[in-house]
Amino acid sequence: MTEKDGKEGCGDGCPHGVSRRGFMTRVGAGTIGLGVAAAAGTAEATVHEIPPGEPHRVTLTVNGTTHRLLVEPRETLLYVLRERLGMTATKPGCERGECGACTVLIDGAARYACLTLAVEAEGHEVTTLEGLTKGEEPGAVQRAFMDEDALQCGYCTPGQIVAAEGLLRARPDPTLEEIRTGMSGNLCRCGAYVHIFRAVKKASVLRKDAGR
Amino acid sequence: MRSDLYFLAAIPPETPRPEGELPPWGEVRIVGKRLPRVDAFERVSGKAVYPRDFSLPNMLQAAILRSPHAHARVKSIDLEPAKRMPGVVAVLGPSSPGADMEWFARPKAKGGLLLDPHCRAEGDEVAAVAAETLPQALDALKAIQVEWEVLPFVIDPARALDEKAPKVWDEGNRVADPVIYERGDLAKGFAEADVVLEESYRTPCEIHVPMEVHGSVVAWDGPRLTVWDTTQGVYAVQGTVAQRLGLPLANVRVIGHYMGGGFGSKLEAGKYTVIAALLAKVAGRPVKLFLSREETFRVGGNRPANAIRVKAGVKKDGTITAIDWKSSGTPGAYPNNTNTAFQAADLWTCANVRTEEAGVYTNAGRARAFRAPGFPQANWALEQMMDALARAIGMDQVAFRLKNVPTVSQRRGNQPYTSTGLAGCLGEGAKAFGWGTKPKAPADPAIRKGIGMAGGIWGYGGGPPSTVIVKLFSDGSVNLNMGAADIGTGTKTVMAMVVSEELGVPVESIRIEHADTGTTQYATPSGGSKTVPSDSPAVRAAAADCKRQILKMAAAELKLPAAELKLLGKEVVSAADPSKKVAISAIPAFQRQQLVVGIGFREPNPDGKVINPFAAHFAEVEVNTRTGEVTVTRFLAAQDSGRVLNRMTFDNQVFGGVVFGIGFARTEERILDRQTGKMLNANWHDYKVPTALDVPADQATLVVDARDTANSTNTKGVGEPATIPTGSAIANAVFDAVGVRVTEGPITPQRLLELLARQKARG
Repeated sequence: MTEKDGKEGCGDGCPHGVSRRGFMTRVGAGTIGLGVAAAAGTAEATVHEIPPGEPHRVTLTVNGTTHRLLVEPRETLLYVLRERLGMTATKPGCERGECGACTVLIDGAARYACLTLAVEAEGHEVTTLEGLTKGEEPGAVQRAFMDEDALQCGYCTPGQIVAAEGLLRARPDPTLEEIRTGMSGNLCRCGAYVHIFRAVKKASVLRKDAGR
Repeated sequence: MRSDLYFLAAIPPETPRPEGELPPWGEVRIVGKRLPRVDAFERVSGKAVYPRDFSLPNMLQAAILRSPHAHARVKSIDLEPAKRMPGVVAVLGPSSPGADMEWFARPKAKGGLLLDPHCRAEGDEVAAVAAETLPQALDALKAIQVEWEVLPFVIDPARALDEKAPKVWDEGNRVADPVIYERGDLAKGFAEADVVLEESYRTPCEIHVPMEVHGSVVAWDGPRLTVWDTTQGVYAVQGTVAQRLGLPLANVRVIGHYMGGGFGSKLEAGKYTVIAALLAKVAGRPVKLFLSREETFRVGGNRPANAIRVKAGVKKDGTITAIDWKSSGTPGAYPNNTNTAFQAADLWTCANVRTEEAGVYTNAGRARAFRAPGFPQANWALEQMMDALARAIGMDQVAFRLKNVPTVSQRRGNQPYTSTGLAGCLGEGAKAFGWGTKPKAPADPAIRKGIGMAGGIWGYGGGPPSTVIVKLFSDGSVNLNMGAADIGTGTKTVMAMVVSEELGVPVESIRIEHADTGTTQYATPSGGSKTVPSDSPAVRAAAADCKRQILKMAAAELKLPAAELKLLGKEVVSAADPSKKVAISAIPAFQRQQLVVGIGFREPNPDGKVINPFAAHFAEVEVNTRTGEVTVTRFLAAQDSGRVLNRMTFDNQVFGGVVFGIGFARTEERILDRQTGKMLNANWHDYKVPTALDVPADQATLVVDARDTANSTNTKGVGEPATIPTGSAIANAVFDAVGVRVTEGPITPQRLLELLARQKARG
């Protein structure tokens, strides 16, 4: 790419997306300021800076397992899960927070792993789709998605299931409108939405039966 | 028509005739039931490994440098700075060995070169890098120095044939001579009409954007290449890759397995696969190359925009007397089908028809087959026109169409359809939907409700070639081996159900190997709504071949004629005397060989007939006249797809087709910048596909089974017919609600508000 004018980041002809890559490059060129929630009971936050380009030591808790890793500050949680930990259930769809294929739970709430830097996830509980299965036994939401055929190609399905899990943890007995709104951050290009609505409703029943 | 879309050779496809004709199933045990997918657990647990997830030891990651301009020439390119970047192992430019190979969209069609210094559309490939990590490859792309000669461009198809328009190709911008079809006497038809209407329609350029981006992992093993590709057709990819790289077919193994959606955009090999193979050859290491989301918007294919002019005449009694159809479209800078005329000349009875269609090149991303190529566009124009004609003569829309249901294909020499459920879709669909009952007006006068409907036909019904192998183990369990991809439609599941129906084996005891040119048999790409009608008869034939062999062995053991015996799972039983039976594991001949292998071929289609699925869709909408927003509140899709093999995956397909149609009707539209020719909305924020909030939860399907007997499973297709009349039904419902005809799609709030303002100004 010609950058004779010395501009930082993606110029006019950026082949890989202006916004996210450009954003990452610019972030990488400066420093990252992280707001990390302070100890419970205080409203204060501490900010510490991570220099760019240098590997940074992080401790990530994923599905209850602690991983100590060296990551670049620009690496997203999605990238670290897939490329460093080999956990490929979490899917890249757009890598800019538009489709929800990469949805994970952070402290029990649904979040896009592509919009979360790995360094931001430190100190939080990360749950991925793999964490909803016990051995070879599907969890309640997974079971409901199987029974109601709430998928077609299956590529967005990990994100849909984790989003549904997050929704049901916050709202164990959602109405149809709450389901539609709660699932609206996850695109399904195959268009399996009607079955997804039914599966989330069924999952709420299965979870109740399982005593959760 | 079939040869246009899916078959590259001019030789008619055929596989050997199955041994003995299989009669239609009598009473069925499992086929037709609502059965969860056989691979549901893999898909919901994250254990399914998609090509995007796949990695090999020592694998490199690659990325492609693309033209940032709509039309430009590479004056000079310096790859050296990229080669010096951290982690970079291989770099290719236009002068690298192999990069100047001719590429083609279709055989003998213009495609430019693999890495072409003449870029005819934004996103055209000019260089590529393989590095240890993807961030390193992306960093290295930016280090490549390109000096561009930016050329004048044309993106407006209406201007592309102007004398002064920039030329996409030296020979000019016309794709081919216009295709003209005529029957009857158009002038006579219009003279007989009581009402003649004329209207121009435009449909948007839609982008496929499947959830899994396009891409491959490739690995060389000396002269042999293995490709893990996200594809609808492993054999189609194998053919192109082998030919382009000059390799024997057998030395290119393409593995498909799971794939994250295609909708037509993954029917063929992509440049990315061949570029990855060249990089891997230089590097001596496996290479993974996937497009970014933004790249899939620009180069992953699209449904071409069409402009269609229709003039049609009708008598007061509802007889359609004449249809004059003129359609044009642009495939972008490289050839692709932009035709629409078939449906206009075939869907409704009309003696006097003329159609003309043409395509022009523009400096934009290339179109590819997109879920029912050409058909939703044609339907948008045809079915809005039919709606207007019915209203003009004061006839009910359903009754008007019922009067004009043909029994023969007028466009194909009046050959009869093997079956047509069009009348059933219209009549039974109307009844199930509650057609004719005006929806209750909302309390807020700014919100208007309306209902609309449309009929539709799909152009293909499947056929040979297809070869399938069924292996029966000595304990009665089965391997099903077939080349077809399961693109999310539930192919594996319905094929397992066919085996289960034929052999009595529970689906839990069936393991499926599929979509692998190295280990599974030939199948055409999963597209054209033809996987079920093409491959399920071959699956049934393979299972029947197993059964024949087992019954022969059991007949010898039981000393009974084979014709008297039935295979019921693990046992062979006499139909005449059920006490006479033998467990298949106890048949000595079977134990000696341990395995029975059945081979099935797809039988030819009947001569002198044509096979088509049909549909009728019914929509209820709410229009907010303050905001211009259209909400689809209720939808019913009546489908004639022949026999339905699994009602649950069938419903899912139909709902998915309707969701695609909602996107086509309401929001989806590629926007090119007039100043630069570049795509402005190459992301999911600005290019809006339907979300959970855009589709009605109140959706229903209606199966109209016209008892087709064209193949041994009595099936036709569903994936595409389920999206053909959707957009038109919504547009007709919008007219019903507010009295405004939205001829140019999609029906965005802005467009609708403009039309409502004009309506108000007219008084």
